[in-house]
Amino acid sequence: MMRSDPRALQLNERGQLKHFLTLDGLDKTILTEILDRADSFLSMGEQSVKKVPLLRGKTVVNLFFENSTRTRTTFELAAKRLSADVINLNIETSATSKGESLLDTLKNLEAMQSDMFVVRHSDSGAAHFIAEHCTPNVAIINAGDGRHAHPTQAMLDMLTIRRHKGQFDGLKVAIVGDILHSRVARSQLHALTTLGVDEVRLVGPKTLVPSYFSEMGATICHDLEAGLRDVDVVVMLRLQKERMAGGLLPSESEFYRLYGLTEEALSWAKSDAIVMHPGPINRGVEISSEVADGEHSVILNQVTNGIAVRMAVLSMAMSGQLQTIEDSNSAGENV
Amino acid sequence: MKLRIRNGRLMDPSQGLDTQADLFIDNQKIVAIGEAPADFDDAQEVDASGLWVLPGLVDLAVSLREPGFSQKGSIASEGRAAVSGGVTTLICPPDTKPIVDTPSVAALIQDKADEAGMANVFPLGALTQGLDGAHLSNMVSLTDAGCIALSNHRHPMASSKILTRALEYAASNDLLVVFHSDEVSLSEGGCAHEGLMSTAHGLAGIPETAETIALMRDLLLIEKTGVRAHFARISCAKSVEMIANARAAGLDVTADVAIHNVLLTDSVLNQFDGHYHVIPPLRSEADRLALIEGIKNGVISAICSDHQPHEKMAKVAPFAATAPGMANVEVLLPLALQLVEQGLDHATILSRITAGPASCFGLEAGSLAVGSFADFVLYKEDEQWQWTPENRKTKGHNSPYIGESFTGKVLATYVSGQCVFANR
Repeated sequence: MMRSDPRALQLNERGQLKHFLTLDGLDKTILTEILDRADSFLSMGEQSVKKVPLLRGKTVVNLFFENSTRTRTTFELAAKRLSADVINLNIETSATSKGESLLDTLKNLEAMQSDMFVVRHSDSGAAHFIAEHCTPNVAIINAGDGRHAHPTQAMLDMLTIRRHKGQFDGLKVAIVGDILHSRVARSQLHALTTLGVDEVRLVGPKTLVPSYFSEMGATICHDLEAGLRDVDVVVMLRLQKERMAGGLLPSESEFYRLYGLTEEALSWAKSDAIVMHPGPINRGVEISSEVADGEHSVILNQVTNGIAVRMAVLSMAMSGQLQTIEDSNSAGENV
Repeated sequence: MKLRIRNGRLMDPSQGLDTQADLFIDNQKIVAIGEAPADFDDAQEVDASGLWVLPGLVDLAVSLREPGFSQKGSIASEGRAAVSGGVTTLICPPDTKPIVDTPSVAALIQDKADEAGMANVFPLGALTQGLDGAHLSNMVSLTDAGCIALSNHRHPMASSKILTRALEYAASNDLLVVFHSDEVSLSEGGCAHEGLMSTAHGLAGIPETAETIALMRDLLLIEKTGVRAHFARISCAKSVEMIANARAAGLDVTADVAIHNVLLTDSVLNQFDGHYHVIPPLRSEADRLALIEGIKNGVISAICSDHQPHEKMAKVAPFAATAPGMANVEVLLPLALQLVEQGLDHATILSRITAGPASCFGLEAGSLAVGSFADFVLYKEDEQWQWTPENRKTKGHNSPYIGESFTGKVLATYVSGQCVFANR
């Protein structure tokens, strides 16, 4: 009855990706392979013909149980540039029938013989759940599950860092804001520690930065100046308005006063620091317009890099699945 | 009818017994140990050589799911699961549909249990009408109808004032109240122990303060009102400490723990497996070790299965969306005996699933003493077997232990001298 470890679930017997659920447990080699492949797709994006046939004849279903424009669009573009057929499904779920509707939805989509599901869901572990309950040979790509993981977002951030900084050794990175509710921050933390940065600081009030993160290799700072001092990379997270209702924060203005990224605050970081944000940004809540549009900001580069990273992940997971099928077929012949 | 259980190893912590001897039963009761009484020449005999003869288990928390939740279980199905696990006396919670807040529902459950002819069943009555936390139930009518104690189960009280009054009223009538200490404003929305594992996996946490703040309030009100009290399913190290301190200060309170909280920790959460979704949640290793220490030193009198059967679909969902609870009543005994590996001796473990829980509720059960009802179990401690979806007795599909191999198997269960379950 024990379910498989999600970290093992996403790799085939050769250690290749066949799903992409979490960065937890993926080693430096595989993360670097994703970045290298994404790099090659990036240069392709500058050409007049942007398509490659790696997913020709394959059907990719964007299965979004939670609203998203940016992530869904870049996944769609990535799949199309790999020559796949793409279906977008936005499914509203009622809280009471979540489990059943999720499984029923899956069974219906399986019947359409899709090859890959790109899944976003509000429950942590949802992508893992789908990977376990889906028929074999369908690749599951996690496009965000609850507070747990958003691995493609984290990898596009890594690509952005590598393209601007050249490498990860010696870097200090600050992630600022609502860490508690952020699947992006959790995946970034895994990626940054695996790729070998010097230090990851999580910055915010105790209500938004649980102390348990220090056991995951992060340094916790409740003071923005201490958090940004001499960092190479600043990642600002989006602050949801509903956080004020739960007593996590007094107001947007006080949050901005303590943790907003202004030009003054940015001056505490290294002079060549880059500023990132997974978007969509709240100007004047977590970041000032001057900084968001300023010379340190690489926020729009992140979006471009997002397409390349998603192309890399989709193509790697598909070839991992095909390899798995081939291996099991040849194993069958040997018997 | 006379019955002789020959040559078994009688192990009964209630009388400090661990000896190879014969057990003699007549007219539903145990009439002698060792030497045969007169007139036993024609007794029916059961050869228990190589077997343990144990008092029938007393399980303080078995949800029978009847009335109201037939898709999850019934008095017949869960009663059968209980006796197959050696449980001969069980207490069922009031959260049926309708709720056990009228004498008729209490009577219905007991009538159906009698009809099923399995374990002795004692319902808990609701402390407030409909478990609404606001209006006191007819407590005396409920206990007259067979409710062994009163509880608001896991439902919150409207206020500390109403809770105080409910306890005062119960105390006026010398009734026992069962507490599930939980400060709902801290626990609501949570599905896992607040700690590294829940944080890393993005699961909403239930802090230990949800239990300890409520527990401290409950202790203060127990002291103030003088009500007889039992704490159900404690899960934190601090709770053990607080109850120990209260007992040392002279407060007469008892406590139990669910077997899964003693065997498992939140380290299993990396699977996102809803089978490990339980309330109170699986906590840290430090909490688990403190619970074991509490069992050892007697602060915790009882280990229960906290049996909560569910239909298959209840667990087929992402972790937080699954229904909480495990259905382990039929493996309570071999699971509890795994605590030998944690440094507990047989007598202590057996006491916490027999005489210990019986004494918390003043039940005449859990003993092989002469004069007791002949509720007992024949157990083969070294038998290897596998618990499978096919051989399980509960209607519930929800145990992480289904599929596992066990050492130690209940071969037969007797209630009032009658064999109600025989394996093989």
